[in-house]
Amino acid sequence: MRPVLLVLEHFWTWYRRNWRATVVSTVLLPLMFLGAMGFGLGSRITPGPATDGLPYVVYLAPAMLVAAAVQVATAESSFPVLGSLKWDRRYYAITSTPVTVDQLLMAQALWVALRVLISGLAYIAVAALFGAFTNAGVLLAVPVSVLAGMAFGSWILALAASVNDEGVTFGNVFRFVLVPMTLFAGTYYPISQLPAWSRPLAWITPLWHGNELARAVEFGGMGALAAVGHVVYLVVLTAGGLLVARQRFHARLKV
Amino acid sequence: MSGVPATVGSVSDDAVLVQADGLVKRFGDFEAVRGVDVKVRRGEAFGFLGPNGAGKSSTMRMIACTSPRTAGELRVLGLDPDRHGPRIRGRLGVVPQQDNLDNELTVRQNLQVYGRYFGLSRHQVRARATELLEFAQLSDRADDQVEPLSGGMKRRLTIARSLVNEPELLLLDEPTTGLDPQARHLLWDKLFRLKQQGVTLIVTTHYMDEAEQLCDRLVVMDGGRIVAEGSPAALIAEHSSREVLELRFPIDQQHHHVPLVEDLAERVEVLPDRLLLYATNGEAVLAAATRRGMRPTSSLVRRATLEDVFLRLTGRTLVD
Amino acid sequence: MTVLRIVPMGSYAGRARAVIERSALVNRRNWLLVVSGVFEPLFYLFALGIGFGGIVGTLTGPDGSPISYAAYVAPGLLAASAMNGAIHDSTFNIFLKLKYAKVYDAMLATPLGPTDVALGETSWSLIRGGIYAAGFLAVMAALGLISSPWALLALPAALLVAFGFAAVGMGAATLMRSWQDFDLILLVQMPMFLFSTTFFPITVYPEPIRIAVECFPLYHGIELMRALTSGAVTWGILGHVAYFAIMVAAGGWFAARRLGTLLLT
Repeated sequence: MRPVLLVLEHFWTWYRRNWRATVVSTVLLPLMFLGAMGFGLGSRITPGPATDGLPYVVYLAPAMLVAAAVQVATAESSFPVLGSLKWDRRYYAITSTPVTVDQLLMAQALWVALRVLISGLAYIAVAALFGAFTNAGVLLAVPVSVLAGMAFGSWILALAASVNDEGVTFGNVFRFVLVPMTLFAGTYYPISQLPAWSRPLAWITPLWHGNELARAVEFGGMGALAAVGHVVYLVVLTAGGLLVARQRFHARLKV
Repeated sequence: MSGVPATVGSVSDDAVLVQADGLVKRFGDFEAVRGVDVKVRRGEAFGFLGPNGAGKSSTMRMIACTSPRTAGELRVLGLDPDRHGPRIRGRLGVVPQQDNLDNELTVRQNLQVYGRYFGLSRHQVRARATELLEFAQLSDRADDQVEPLSGGMKRRLTIARSLVNEPELLLLDEPTTGLDPQARHLLWDKLFRLKQQGVTLIVTTHYMDEAEQLCDRLVVMDGGRIVAEGSPAALIAEHSSREVLELRFPIDQQHHHVPLVEDLAERVEVLPDRLLLYATNGEAVLAAATRRGMRPTSSLVRRATLEDVFLRLTGRTLVD
Repeated sequence: MTVLRIVPMGSYAGRARAVIERSALVNRRNWLLVVSGVFEPLFYLFALGIGFGGIVGTLTGPDGSPISYAAYVAPGLLAASAMNGAIHDSTFNIFLKLKYAKVYDAMLATPLGPTDVALGETSWSLIRGGIYAAGFLAVMAALGLISSPWALLALPAALLVAFGFAAVGMGAATLMRSWQDFDLILLVQMPMFLFSTTFFPITVYPEPIRIAVECFPLYHGIELMRALTSGAVTWGILGHVAYFAIMVAAGGWFAARRLGTLLLT
């Protein structure tokens, strides 16, 4: 475990000096979306069955946390990892020390989770000031968001260790997977608003399960079995992604 | 069109292609080039020699019309870079210190696209690219991406690219830095062929063998100024002895032997592991030293090189 | 030379076309990424138009008649995606090539000058933006979200909007020192995207914020698009056009000046 902590310390050293630069895209951006859609568009939406009877901004706020978590996890697992393998080859420097490839991957994944956690807490703190939450149950949505972030981010880690272009693949994945997922996986409105045929697509995404869980911990109304089902799905996705990533990291770094 | 008569730019054969007088380049408070005077004639291979940070590249960039001068006079191909940048650049070839090939294009496309920047027709660039691929021995890699090429191949491609407009003057900034010996010799061979064809070359380098291989005439720069000028042979004659005797001793023993040999050579230099004795006849000095009882672990007599001149003029201290 | 000296001496060789050719050649390989740009605004249109359609109800169109949420949001997205594409190309792409790829260094060793490079890159960005806008308009038409032949002018209008943002964006890119500065651009771009009546009418704001929003360039782009696609065209839209003409002139002038000092040092 100690080598993992040492690598984490390396990431932390960078972060301590550069955290300000990450605030805009990881904290301010989701807050702006919450402001525009939640308060702006929300002022045109009367509470009804589509919003669980809640004011729209309250309905949106916990899901926005999860959507932001998936975005942050994706950002942190994509270019920084590709860059460490290809541009500054930092990973090769790390694995030429006693740190093993598995320990490096563990540290990198933990770092992504930590970044998701930090920006999630910052988001919660500010959104709470604007009265976007109804109760403290939303604090439980933070671990949910980290799990949902990792369920997607771990696969991006695997992808980042598989591609060798300058980011064209990421561009396509962001555009055809990440953006549609953010838009269609029940963040802004329940997927019951969409045509029935498109709903199974949302069920596959980690974001939808995260959204459901995050709303449930704040607003209640979810059976224990359903909750366990959502959690298990996200855990399995995370584990699967990490396993593939492990195989890819070994293939890339052990040459 | 500008009002400059066409004849101003076209110069006769023995003409001066580059003339700089008191050329100065400042970046903020830092003065990179501090009053350089050079004259390069058509057909010459001219070298700027100097350690890192001597001002060679800044001077080259001013000649290439990609960096405006701070002060002084500069004429390239008879024109003023400040006023006729595009026209001058149209007749130059530039090989920068670091390859700036277009990684998003193939080898052949790099040549073709670059040719279009010079206003060559599509037909012309196609023909030219084929010729240059041949010249650079890259014909079989023509449709590959640039990135996986070896350092030597990339360098040859950069040089081929700089020739796409059939330049009158070719500027090469450290053409062989970082290449392996085979690649260097291949490049020197290519450059020698260009020189034979009458292309004027201006080369910067900190490799002495490169300067001796390529340059008819060179200047040594240090700290933004020219500290010596002449042909390689003349520089050696002027700033060094004909031969150098190298005496090696066990580490940190060499100091004790200096008084013993001081009067035998024109100059004695103490290095961490050996003594350098500059003399006209190295063997004679070695014999004299042996007669005085000196027993070095090894000894070597060699001809003085430009490297000796270089180190003498610019010092052994690391500058960057 | 009698040409007006609006650009520094020697910075323009009249060969911007060669720069466009390079972009076309490069993008032929990454065509998927290029074509995929059409989809992003369409995803937004479907997600918001369909998803919110049953929740938001009808809104008031530019001519005062009620319109569906999809018809309301579509012209907003058209203008916003013209802005986003132009800003991305003129800041991120330019900065990337300047700092890392050194593509421009190689270009400037040829007769090309900074103005050729700027014009060539902007033209390519506009060609691409034009393709996206045309695709988006075609989908709008297919979904019945266009109600006037004036909409034909929405394509050149989208190009004008993109040109305005590209000119100012390139000017901004010349002032950037490091990647950190991109956050400042994001900090201007995202609020504009989210709050310039793209997603909801300006009537939700209290008076002071409303005046601020009316100063945003994107607000004028969106108003222009709404007028053209709905047919509620008045002389007033010339004001929006003038806003962008000024952005093009001022941004272009500044970018050309700054590019010279940035590239030729």
